[in-house]
Amino acid sequence: MATLRELSRMPEMLVPGHRMCAGCGAPIVVRQVLRAAHGPVVVANATGCLEVSTTVYPFTSWQCPWIHTAFESTAASLSGVEAAYKSLKRQGKISQEIKFVAFGGDGGTYDIGLQSLSGALERGHKMVYVCYDNGAYMNTGIQRSSATPKGAETTTSPVGKVQAGKPRSRKDLTKIVAAHNIPYVAQVSPAHWNDLYAKAEKAFAADGPAFLNAIAPCPRGWRHDSSETIEMCRLAVDTCFWPLYEVENGKIRVTYKPKEKKPLVEFLKRQGRFNHLFKPGNEGLLEELQQEVDRQWEALLAQSES
Amino acid sequence: MASRQHVAMTGNEAVAHAMRQINPDVVAAYPITPQTDIVQFFSQFVADGVVKTEFVTVESEHSAMSATIGAAASGARAMTATSSQGLALMWEMLHIASGYRLPIVMPVVNRTLSGPINIHCDHSDTMGALTTGWIQLYSESAQEAYDNMIQAVRIAEHPDVQLPVMVCQDGFITSHGIENLEVLSDEEVAQFIGEYKPVYSVLDVNRPITVGPLVLPDYLFEMKFQQAKAMEAARRVILEVGKEYGRLTGREYGFFEGYRLEDAERVIVVLSSTAGTTRVVVDELRRKGEKVGLLKPRVIRPFPASELREALSHARAVAIMDRAETFSTQGGPLFCEIRAAFYDAPERPLMRNYIFGLGGRDVGTSQIEKVFADLAADLARGSVKTPVSYLDVRE
Repeated sequence: MATLRELSRMPEMLVPGHRMCAGCGAPIVVRQVLRAAHGPVVVANATGCLEVSTTVYPFTSWQCPWIHTAFESTAASLSGVEAAYKSLKRQGKISQEIKFVAFGGDGGTYDIGLQSLSGALERGHKMVYVCYDNGAYMNTGIQRSSATPKGAETTTSPVGKVQAGKPRSRKDLTKIVAAHNIPYVAQVSPAHWNDLYAKAEKAFAADGPAFLNAIAPCPRGWRHDSSETIEMCRLAVDTCFWPLYEVENGKIRVTYKPKEKKPLVEFLKRQGRFNHLFKPGNEGLLEELQQEVDRQWEALLAQSES
Repeated sequence: MASRQHVAMTGNEAVAHAMRQINPDVVAAYPITPQTDIVQFFSQFVADGVVKTEFVTVESEHSAMSATIGAAASGARAMTATSSQGLALMWEMLHIASGYRLPIVMPVVNRTLSGPINIHCDHSDTMGALTTGWIQLYSESAQEAYDNMIQAVRIAEHPDVQLPVMVCQDGFITSHGIENLEVLSDEEVAQFIGEYKPVYSVLDVNRPITVGPLVLPDYLFEMKFQQAKAMEAARRVILEVGKEYGRLTGREYGFFEGYRLEDAERVIVVLSSTAGTTRVVVDELRRKGEKVGLLKPRVIRPFPASELREALSHARAVAIMDRAETFSTQGGPLFCEIRAAFYDAPERPLMRNYIFGLGGRDVGTSQIEKVFADLAADLARGSVKTPVSYLDVRE
């Protein structure tokens, strides 16, 4: 396990000068994950905030090779890069060990890119796919995705006279990915940097595809102060809204159990996107959300090996 | 294969044979009728270890093109193949392949686009891709499909071009018809195409590059201008490569082929397999003393406007055949572009358009005879009565 001091001295692949918002969770996830690559890495990026804000031509914030093709095509494009690597290495045209990692938001991963992700996982390309999940289409201005939590207000799940934010529960992508029976799948949170770093190391070391689902708050979309990003990440874990666990060769293990599980409202009440839930008449919805988190957490604990 | 051979092959087999000889670093493909044979033949080459290719069996054509783009950006010689709906599903990525200036070669086995669904030949798939920035070569026969494949690699990878190329042949008619053709030896192909030396690669970790950044109004226009210049340069390169291929094989290729065109008064312009049918009719009518001819375009992106104008300048009546309906109500794409090419010409032949053969509707010699007869009637009248008509359709 590396210390924070050691981590802070590692070379940066994503350097300052980019245009990501203050407090954005995505670049924190990227910087933490790439520290665990330990060697040359090629990055693929789905269309989204991270892509548009870090590569405004003729500038780039990326110190490593980087490729973006389209919104839904990231896993497929990176599988082409990895296939080229295998072919050229087999022919003796490349000798270096290179690792491959994709970054996509929840829109590019849970929704439009799910097919190409699923295909790449099934084909067994040796790559790490990292979803930075901020729970909506933030790049286009906060529209709901299938990762948006139930009850959250977005511009396409607005609060109105007959609707209290998003009416449907979020998709459990981590479980869907785990169902591909790939070597390594994990949920991570930048607040738990040591847990994230250890999981990223395992992901890069896996003999086949690996997937990390990282919670990545968006101060604009979640409507919290940009100084509170890491706190939101921690609250998501401590309320068990975002459990930290891994699925390693089929074995599920919860990697962090909060000493005291906090009520979900402590996570919700800090974010403007849930303001309406605290108005009179929505108590039942809050209760329902708590019950759903409890149910999923208990189910996960029951599956966990230790 | 050590020496040149005459072989009996379908169009699909000929294309797969060319792919084996090109021996790409990466192929990412998805099966679709009538292209499926190409993928199957190539899968067998991979299974038998006769190619060095890393074969990516993607889950869709969108991913086929996405993976091919990823491989090409990695400095690999990368290919895929498709038809119809598959090409349509790739559409978004077609622009990205050409916009990133990636020299991908893709055989396309022409098939109509749904709906309703139909698996047979017309050109609505590739005509829908005219604006995607790909070079398009059309093939009349398995021989031409094979020859175009080999040349496409050189055209795409030329430093002045760096653009992707579609090699089109007619679904079922050519793709599944067996014909005799001459194939080069493996060594001749390897020598003709040479080793691919990419300028940039995302696998060059010592010289990291950013591929596919956000480009705003201050630079995007210049990039598209350069892309247009590359397409312009492709005109010269296509002819150079066609001549060189001619020296090697005795089969020289240009922008189009004229058949008994020199003194022809009435000319049919038609792509791909229908040109073969037209050639038979030209011979028949010539025996009767009629001055008829054929012009078969091979290259329509880039569009060889001045050369086509020159080649048709002596004709008095021209029928341009489009195997695609683009619903402009002003005729098919080939008609519109050839007619536009004559705008500045001092003398213009009578010109009319036929939409034909949609969804695999068979075109025989009697239909082609009718077209030549219609042109004769136009000449007698001195004008074209119906500029756009539908050949052999129940109205």
